[in-house]
Amino acid sequence: MEKKPKIIVENLQLFYGKKQALSNINLTISEKFVTALIGPSGCGKSTFLRTLNRMNDLIDNVKIEGKIKIDGEDIYSSDQDIVALRKRVGMIFQKSNPFPKSIYENVAFGPRVNGINDKARLDEIVERSLKRSALWEEVKDDLSKSGLSLSGGQQQRLCIARALAIDPEIILMDEPASALDPISTAKIEELIHELKKMYTIVIVTHNMQQAARVSDFTAFFYIGELIEYDRTTKIFTNPSLKQTEDYISGRFG
Amino acid sequence: MKNKIIGNVAIVVSGLSTLLIIAVLFYMLTEIFINGKDYLTWEFLTQSPTEGMTAGGIFPAIVGTVLLVLIMSILGVPIGTITALYLSEYAKRGSIFTKLIRFAVNTLAGVPSIVFGLFGLGFFVQFIGTGMDKVFSSPDQVIWAQPSILWASATMAFLTIPVVIVSVEEALRSVPQDYRAAGLALGATKWQTIRKVVIPNSISGILTGTILAIGRGAGEVAPILFTGAAYFLPNLPNSLSDQFMNLGYHIYIMATQSTDVEATKGIQYATVSILLLVTFTLNLVAVLIRYKIRKKRII
Repeated sequence: MEKKPKIIVENLQLFYGKKQALSNINLTISEKFVTALIGPSGCGKSTFLRTLNRMNDLIDNVKIEGKIKIDGEDIYSSDQDIVALRKRVGMIFQKSNPFPKSIYENVAFGPRVNGINDKARLDEIVERSLKRSALWEEVKDDLSKSGLSLSGGQQQRLCIARALAIDPEIILMDEPASALDPISTAKIEELIHELKKMYTIVIVTHNMQQAARVSDFTAFFYIGELIEYDRTTKIFTNPSLKQTEDYISGRFG
Repeated sequence: MKNKIIGNVAIVVSGLSTLLIIAVLFYMLTEIFINGKDYLTWEFLTQSPTEGMTAGGIFPAIVGTVLLVLIMSILGVPIGTITALYLSEYAKRGSIFTKLIRFAVNTLAGVPSIVFGLFGLGFFVQFIGTGMDKVFSSPDQVIWAQPSILWASATMAFLTIPVVIVSVEEALRSVPQDYRAAGLALGATKWQTIRKVVIPNSISGILTGTILAIGRGAGEVAPILFTGAAYFLPNLPNSLSDQFMNLGYHIYIMATQSTDVEATKGIQYATVSILLLVTFTLNLVAVLIRYKIRKKRII
């Protein structure tokens, strides 16, 4: 499949107060591919992920320099509407966080805040989103059940459905399976394979095998720097740098 | 061995102090109820005091208390809730401005209630009241520049606002940060996230906190001494500028100003029972609301 740039990151720097958390990041993320971000804890991969939908803006004292362009537009330009950006760039969190509402209301939340109140439209969006997140068959009999009554893996797929309901172009996943059992993890990974047909996916993971299984490209971060970025097959079989090789072979981290 | 002895002592001491509290409460309630029960009749609840308060009922005091609490809530609860919302959701943590607000709230909570009463007299009755009379009333007419149920409620509102702020803020903070992040990541604005995620998930805490704050206000007497409570009124208040009778104040009057202490004794006990009943009911309502909303959320 042909590569088309979706996100272009240029000279990105991020500071928490005086402490530099990301230095001089440059990379291009391709449309409708899965890009994995790997690296030891504290290397800045989650921080980087959160720059892509500007969730870092919520933290006091964060300073960001450089450019991140999505489809050519700089999302850090002063006239960027952050709410509009987050509708284009959905996010799945490490800890599944469905609202304490029904399954239906969880998925309908995004469309509703975007002004869609027509029952038939909402029904359709909820069904489509739950089908895309591979949860529909398990929950279709009772959508009024609380989202919190689902199992951990189902809750995470509900969160994915909720994110899909607002039709994002990009989906950010912050260790989406780290709290799940192997079977639920496999389901999420399968789902990622399906989703990349329609969405650009960026996933942070601690699990090397998972990165190798689900991603097309892998970026290796270390102490706030992007060390190596290449096709996943290349990174895992023949990395250019010794540091990368040491990390993926488990020699540190 | 030594640790074991200390452990046993701790159990005994904490058990005894718990028992002491229960005993005092039990003694107080039975004493009050036994001495007052013969006077707790339908007439007592529905009639005005008569014959120098040695006979009749406490109807005007009940109505006055209810009105006071209502107006106080209308004035105080919105201000307190909105301030709490600001502190919890919008204020930058650790900024000088935020610290200043918190300092003000904490100080306000620690001000003795009699000082609120004096403040109400000086600020509401004399300053605001006089100003309103100048603007709205004809010359020489005094309508607002005198103690009234409005000024008593306003004073009381200031007394309860810090309590409302603290309890509502606590309720808002109990909403997991994950929910806020989820809302914002779904393209909801900050206000939409607050309205559709944060408030619905803390509504039981907000309501119970508010009702407990109101319950606290309902029993206070000092703030209304100079701002609106009346010794005896044959009529119920029918405008915001009228004075009113109040249960707490009525008890104080009967205990200190009565011409015949023996004759008012039973009425006194009965009035205290009613005041306790009102505050207990408010607390009970708070508990029930919390219970009901919790149950609803689990399903």
